[in-house]
Amino acid sequence: MFSHDYLPAISVGLIAGFLARFYMLKVDYRHYPSYPHGYAAHLAFGFIGAALGAVAIPALLAEDYVAVTFLALAAQQFREIRSIERESLAKTEETEMVPRGAGYIEGIAKLFEARNYLAMGIGLLTTGGYLLGGLLLAVPTGILSAFIMNKAMIGPKVGSMAEVRQEDLLFEGPNIRVGDEIIMNVGEKMALDIWQEKGIALAVEPYDDNGRTTLGNAGQRQAILHDVASQLGVRLDIGEQHFTPLMRIELSSGRILMIVIPFEPDVEPLIEAIKKTPVLEAAMRKPLETSVGRTASD
Amino acid sequence: MDININNEILAVVTLKENAVKVAGGAPIFLVEDEKELKEITMLLARITLGMVHDLKNGVYILVRH
Repeated sequence: MFSHDYLPAISVGLIAGFLARFYMLKVDYRHYPSYPHGYAAHLAFGFIGAALGAVAIPALLAEDYVAVTFLALAAQQFREIRSIERESLAKTEETEMVPRGAGYIEGIAKLFEARNYLAMGIGLLTTGGYLLGGLLLAVPTGILSAFIMNKAMIGPKVGSMAEVRQEDLLFEGPNIRVGDEIIMNVGEKMALDIWQEKGIALAVEPYDDNGRTTLGNAGQRQAILHDVASQLGVRLDIGEQHFTPLMRIELSSGRILMIVIPFEPDVEPLIEAIKKTPVLEAAMRKPLETSVGRTASD
Repeated sequence: MDININNEILAVVTLKENAVKVAGGAPIFLVEDEKELKEITMLLARITLGMVHDLKNGVYILVRH
């Protein structure tokens, strides 16, 4: 295809892109992927992505324009990753005590697709850096682009849209109430006693209309519940539906109310977990960006 | 294939004396006293993997959500 002169440039880009993908693979609280098989699959795709990115500029320089069309092919392949992720997460959803919800799954799937594009982009930039200024330029280019791209990928968190505080869990006969809303009706005395003893109620109070609409999304609420459950543990088992954590909107105010029985009874980490839940792309609404929304809000 | 009936009344449990309050499509369990009511509702909830709701008029229903 092209001469071996470009081999160091391509190698540098490839290594940079691959390392960047490796860096992005850190296991976070989502515990996903959390198994060597998962790593292997994602690293392999990251490697391919980095390779394609690294080859692009040398291919252009060698006037091998056909090679650049490989980038289009890569996009096709990476889209496949999204559907693989979506499928496998959706299939394991049934086995989750507190499911992630379709919105969260879509978000994770997109993230994994995007990370391959990032690996590709970093490979491309680093090769470019090498061709312009040798290793001296390639190394900082690689590190900087990996850092910037990784930072740019971090979306807003629930904590940036709403205040989270503890609320009183009120009991009216079999009904569990928080604020103005009856959240759950529990017919078993034993279950009600446990709610009374260990239950915690929280209110997520959106700062503005954007937050209210976004956090009201059912997928977003499910994502919060899943994150809380995976970090603090929820007292819940199959056949014990009365301990299911719930989030309901207080229709009189737009606040989101939550009831939960965490295994760890500390409120502070619970609030932290809610605040750190990512805002889902699928849930994001910005009514205040529109003139209609702005007019209606005041 | 696993078929679940969600958000439907799976069973109705109430005291014998409340029998006039209940009728219809779901299985109805009439029980002698509060103790039996507690036990039956608990067992039905575990078996159907659902939960018990208290309608506050002495009638308890089982629903799987």
